[in-house]
Amino acid sequence: MDAWDRVEIARNPKRKTSLDYVENIFDEFIELHGDRQFKDDKAIVCGLARIGNQNFTIIAEQKGRTTKENIERNFGMPNPESYRKGIRFMKQAEKFRRPVITFIDTKGAYPGIGAEERGQGEAIASSMLQMASLTVPTISIVVGEGSSGGALALGLGNKVIMLENAIYSILSPEGYASILWKDSSRAKEAAEVMKLTAKDLKELKVIDKIIKEPEGDEQESFNTISENLKKEILKTIKEYSKKSPEEIKEDRYQKFRNIGEYKIIQ
Amino acid sequence: MIVDKIKKREPTAKRIQNKVDIPVGKWVKCDKCKEIIYKGSLRENLSICPNCGGYFRMHINKRLESIIDEGTYKKFDFNIDTTNPLNLEDYPKKLKTLREKTGIQEAVSSGTGKINGEEVVICVMDSGFLMGSMGIVVGEKITYSIEKAIELKLPIIIFCVSGGARMQEGIISLMQMAKTTSAIEKLNEAGLLYISVLTDPTYGGVTASFASLADIILAEPGAMIGFAGQRVIEQTIGEELLEGFQTAEFLLDHGFIDKIVERKDLKNTLSKLIQLNKN
Repeated sequence: MDAWDRVEIARNPKRKTSLDYVENIFDEFIELHGDRQFKDDKAIVCGLARIGNQNFTIIAEQKGRTTKENIERNFGMPNPESYRKGIRFMKQAEKFRRPVITFIDTKGAYPGIGAEERGQGEAIASSMLQMASLTVPTISIVVGEGSSGGALALGLGNKVIMLENAIYSILSPEGYASILWKDSSRAKEAAEVMKLTAKDLKELKVIDKIIKEPEGDEQESFNTISENLKKEILKTIKEYSKKSPEEIKEDRYQKFRNIGEYKIIQ
Repeated sequence: MIVDKIKKREPTAKRIQNKVDIPVGKWVKCDKCKEIIYKGSLRENLSICPNCGGYFRMHINKRLESIIDEGTYKKFDFNIDTTNPLNLEDYPKKLKTLREKTGIQEAVSSGTGKINGEEVVICVMDSGFLMGSMGIVVGEKITYSIEKAIELKLPIIIFCVSGGARMQEGIISLMQMAKTTSAIEKLNEAGLLYISVLTDPTYGGVTASFASLADIILAEPGAMIGFAGQRVIEQTIGEELLEGFQTAEFLLDHGFIDKIVERKDLKNTLSKLIQLNKN
């Protein structure tokens, strides 16, 4: 399977969405709304969840499962209010010492007039800053498309997990080809050079863990993925339960501090 | 004839995009009033058009000269190069050519210096180097500078100009947003002042990371600042954008920057802000 095949799988409208996983992984989930400033943007869903006795804060980028839902959710492309809603929930997670689980699935932050007027860049930057400041464990899971700053806004996980057929990149392959080669029709070619597959990203140490997507019966596969995600979440929480709040934050800092290699020039 | 020479040097569309104050030859065309201007008069005027007052983009050295007290700039001894993470064939060659052409190593220079006697860490980006885009070198140097500011307990000033994350380094460029942002969290913990100065243009991954996270955000008049590029927005909404959209004045109006400061006043404004932030 080449990189472009995975791009198509990651974008398939029938692919399971963040909320499908949230509902399958957690014993309980209650969605809570709004950024307390302007509106409830529906491209990001926030709420509280539980597995056994462990509570979590959920912040999830959500594409629609139907055309109607897609329109409501702006096809999973967040406006600034979505990120500000997320920030509100990160602050609460810190206050109540709840681990934060983010789900990433977006073509990118919405490039609209209103989004710019209301500070899309500032909202993404502040979301990352808030996530970097947390002393509770954070786990980011890329379930579909993780494109651009709109994805990374929720990507500062102590652990970053990716589904086998998800993609994570600086920009869509179309955008990449358009900027670098002035030709968006070369998207397939771009996908092959961008290192956007889970395997490539693991090698680059951008992500920590790949969750396999078994072939065969769709429901069975979905259940297996959910089960493995649940195990990975619980395992990570257990690992971090031994660390102090300061260590949790510092671990995350060092992880992102060390991504990417450079050469020293004498 | 001089007119012939000028005609030959009329900027191509590409050069207009990359307008910096180091034109080939002695003449340069102002992008705003279309007047042909003598390079020397531009240099003496802070890279501002003497005819219409329009701002040209500034070379790193000119910027440092205009902000930092003479003889006080000490560049950090931290010279690094990319490892070309996507293994692009042309990219190292392109970097080599650019280094020869611009005389600078990468899209940012950083060090310590004094602004009217106030010691600071300063980073200056340059649009002449792949449109100031942020790859590993820019991300590392910004992060290194923030960590140095913490170590030396100094305020940090970052002059931003960038098209965003650098495409040629793919996801590694994107991750520089997380890296620089995380460093700012440390700076905040240390209680140190950070001022960003947004200059034309500041976009994409730089707007969506360290540029927007300063305690005080200044901008030059007329600078274009945003997250998404105008072409992308126009394609998305299917209509043309109004004039003035994403200008520094637009951002000030919407509450996203603290102040617009003219180039000639930047140095004094910065030193005043540093003094007012001292305990």
